[in-house]
Amino acid sequence: MTDSVPDAVDARVAASAPPLGRPPARFAGLRRRAVQFFTMPTGFFGAAILVIVIGTALFAPLIVSPADLDVTKVSGPSLNPPLAGYPLGTDQAGRSVLDLVIWGTRSSLVVGLIATALTVVVGTTIGLVAGHYGGWISRLLMQVTDWFIALPGLPLAISLAAVLGQGNASIIIAIAVTSWTGTARLVRAQTLAVSARPFVERAKALGAGDGQVMRRQILPSVVPIVLVTSTLKIADSILSAATLTFLGLGNPMDVSWGSILNSALGQGALTAGAWWYLIPPGVAILIVVLGFTLCGRALETIINPRTETAR
Amino acid sequence: MSAAAIEVPGPADVLEARNLRVTFSSRRSAAPARAVDDVNLALGRAEIIALIGESGCGKSTLARALVGLVKPQGGQVISQGAPLKYSKAALRQHRRSVQLVLQDPAGALNPRHTVYDLVAEGPRLHGLTGNLYERVCTALTQAGLRPPEQFLARYPHQLSGGQQQRVVIAGALALEPSVLVADEPVSSLDASARGEVLRLLIDLRDTLGLSALVVSHDLGLAWNIADRVAVMYLGRIVELGTVEEVLLRPQHPYTRALLSILPGRRSAQTLTLLQGEAPDPAAIPGGCRFHPRCPLYAEKADDPRAQWCRERDPQVLPALSDSHLVACHFAASGAPDNPTAPPASAVGA
Repeated sequence: MTDSVPDAVDARVAASAPPLGRPPARFAGLRRRAVQFFTMPTGFFGAAILVIVIGTALFAPLIVSPADLDVTKVSGPSLNPPLAGYPLGTDQAGRSVLDLVIWGTRSSLVVGLIATALTVVVGTTIGLVAGHYGGWISRLLMQVTDWFIALPGLPLAISLAAVLGQGNASIIIAIAVTSWTGTARLVRAQTLAVSARPFVERAKALGAGDGQVMRRQILPSVVPIVLVTSTLKIADSILSAATLTFLGLGNPMDVSWGSILNSALGQGALTAGAWWYLIPPGVAILIVVLGFTLCGRALETIINPRTETAR
Repeated sequence: MSAAAIEVPGPADVLEARNLRVTFSSRRSAAPARAVDDVNLALGRAEIIALIGESGCGKSTLARALVGLVKPQGGQVISQGAPLKYSKAALRQHRRSVQLVLQDPAGALNPRHTVYDLVAEGPRLHGLTGNLYERVCTALTQAGLRPPEQFLARYPHQLSGGQQQRVVIAGALALEPSVLVADEPVSSLDASARGEVLRLLIDLRDTLGLSALVVSHDLGLAWNIADRVAVMYLGRIVELGTVEEVLLRPQHPYTRALLSILPGRRSAQTLTLLQGEAPDPAAIPGGCRFHPRCPLYAEKADDPRAQWCRERDPQVLPALSDSHLVACHFAASGAPDNPTAPPASAVGA
């Protein structure tokens, strides 16, 4: 991917812009890209889904009171199909499944976002350093990366979570450890491509050190591509988090989509045919993953216009 | 002859290569490529030297070594009379006085930065942010982008090729250097922009006393802007002298061959086409490095001196600024004023 493509495409549009005075506008292209993003169906629907989901997570305490989730305080019927007051039925303890799913949004999103942030920071740092310095540093880092790629993700995550103990922190670490490799490889490749361009040599000739070259020249060219993959990666992380929680590695007191599925299975929802208990968290996961994937695809199209035809 | 090579430079020399060697080792072949193989060259104050040679002769590597981007394996770069050290601080200092102008301005300018940021980049890196705006505008004006305010907010893709190269030059000038090393500065520009940029280099020499080493494969360019010309072949300078001496009275058969293929030469001048491609710098021929392709050697194969061509490396040219120097065994007879007649103790191959 060449990051300069959109700049070249926009040449004519921007050429008509009037010359400005002292502080040159730095974000001239950003506004136009935002418009482009929201006029694309994928971008619009992806963003709409995410707004709803994130809104739900933020306002969950207003919709659901903690008392509704406390097994000792709820008074609903046990494992009941949807009925008045409980649009998605109830669980074994008589809690509303809808309340559980709404509340679970918070934990699922937070774990997914933090795990992705960690993944991106680790992957980008390692890829950037390996690509910029080359030589033995690159070989060493890529050996480590290959080693982590070769490790099977799920068993590693399970053993990590087992060693670190149950809880969100260990799930986040387990996800980050198993998924930074793709970002590292990608960033290294992009770093190598950008480093070969003459403006990096010009920066060196002007007196820029390694850190300045990486920060001012290479990183800005790497960020867009990282942004795209991390949007897609959030979907993966949420799915992995749900998987690990479902497998019982999460905090048992915490309500998340994975833990709802886990307790549904544990309380015999499957044998009881309690579909209302199993489907909502699954659909919630599906919707969030869809939202992030749509946004990621739309961003990808904007950043590299050539993928548009291949869509 | 080494005594001549280590001659004390005149105080007027702002940048000098002294017995400079740059080699690149590749993992595959055992022999390292000798891109720059013992070069002496001194650039005087307010002087423009054109470094001429064909692709792969090491002229760009020499340019990068002089800027300090490539660390030489032997010899020294003398900057302002003192040998360049390769510590971070010394390199930073060196880069304020010696600046590089690259071949392709469209690629040399980060497409995401405005002209203001591009020109301010050097001063920011060196902490010269006191009156950055004035500094940037001055540099743009000096580079011929007037009025500078009109260009500040533009992006590189909104400028023409000539304007882009002026921005690159302005970015260098913003550091107030004493030397510009320009690697093929106009080869990617169209003919009109080419003339403008070359004119600019001459103006900068005249107004700011800026020296320039202009790397090119174009002898016509050398004729237009240079005070002196250095002709490079396979990592070594083979002919050095003023523009008139080198281009009107070339002594080295390589220079003659280069000149003979220029369009518009009188028909009296026979066309000399060199045979074969430039040899591999990882396997430089013994004796005179040019002899396998040398038309003069082929012609005078029976001459006793032809044996020297096969066996003796011609003397490495010293960095003298006031003589016409030729690294050729045959040039001795051709030019009586030539000080580089092969001595009895010529350097072995």
